[in-house]
Amino acid sequence: MVGRLILRGLLCGLVAGLLAFGFARLFGEPLVERAIAFETAMDQAKGEAPEHEVVSRETQAGLGLLTGTVVVGTALGGLFALAFALLHGRLGSSNARETAALLALAGFVVLAVVPLIKYPANPPSIGDPDTIGLRTALYFELIALSLAAGALGTALARLLASARGVFDANLAGIALFAALVAAALWFMPAVDEVPEHFSAVLLWQFRMTALGIQAVIWSTIGLGFGTFAHRLLENIPLGDAPVRTATAAR
Amino acid sequence: MSDAVLHPARAPRAIPVREILPWAVLCGLLCLIAIYFVGAEEGATSLISGTSVHEFVHDGRHLLGFPCH
Repeated sequence: MVGRLILRGLLCGLVAGLLAFGFARLFGEPLVERAIAFETAMDQAKGEAPEHEVVSRETQAGLGLLTGTVVVGTALGGLFALAFALLHGRLGSSNARETAALLALAGFVVLAVVPLIKYPANPPSIGDPDTIGLRTALYFELIALSLAAGALGTALARLLASARGVFDANLAGIALFAALVAAALWFMPAVDEVPEHFSAVLLWQFRMTALGIQAVIWSTIGLGFGTFAHRLLENIPLGDAPVRTATAAR
Repeated sequence: MSDAVLHPARAPRAIPVREILPWAVLCGLLCLIAIYFVGAEEGATSLISGTSVHEFVHDGRHLLGFPCH
């Protein structure tokens, strides 16, 4: 059962990666080009030779971008399926589609929104190559803290559910998550490496586009996987009309 | 639809952890390694010498939000 869930997770992740490529190519690449034009102009103003191209821009914006989004999408799909297998049936009585949708929303917030608040996506020409080690460590540390906060919030909500009711228990869990994340964001050091004269509008658009790519990936995985997992767990053959679940009859 | 009325919703059966564990180790590790190669290889750390992996996934790394340069 776990293997079949993972296969479905990987496939949904693959589709999510393809859709993310389309979104990134359409909305992200024009911004990357403008940022690279700024970088080139800066290098020329300083009298530095333009960066040597190891891989052509066409490849980076085409096959390279496709590889990046598809590999990350597929891998996230696999990890999503594992998390689903672990949580489904352990957090209340949600059916497969509800569990998958909620898990995807949680993944989007914990792995995309929280890191974006403190260490957002940056276009080319932002970031000092000398601090890449520090910035990478901070980024993954914040993700680890965000995951831990999410796990503790979920545990609290589960603990309180029978005594206080599901709604209040969930509010308490979300409040704990928010407080822990706020503390982590407060204590972690800020990174400020935006060069002078870099367009604030371009920076904002780039970061919102990066968030949009994450939204495409997580919504595709959550809704797609939920549909397939529901059919698998309820033994509904492909092609049959989806059976309405019995939520209303409770 | 009639099923929904005759059999009210029951809590779904949880999959035993010992059934998930081998998959979590094998598949979880492979997925994390895949993300590492797109997100961080030849940036902060480098398993393969040179910059070709970094340059190839360059745009994806920027747009997916990983620290770059």
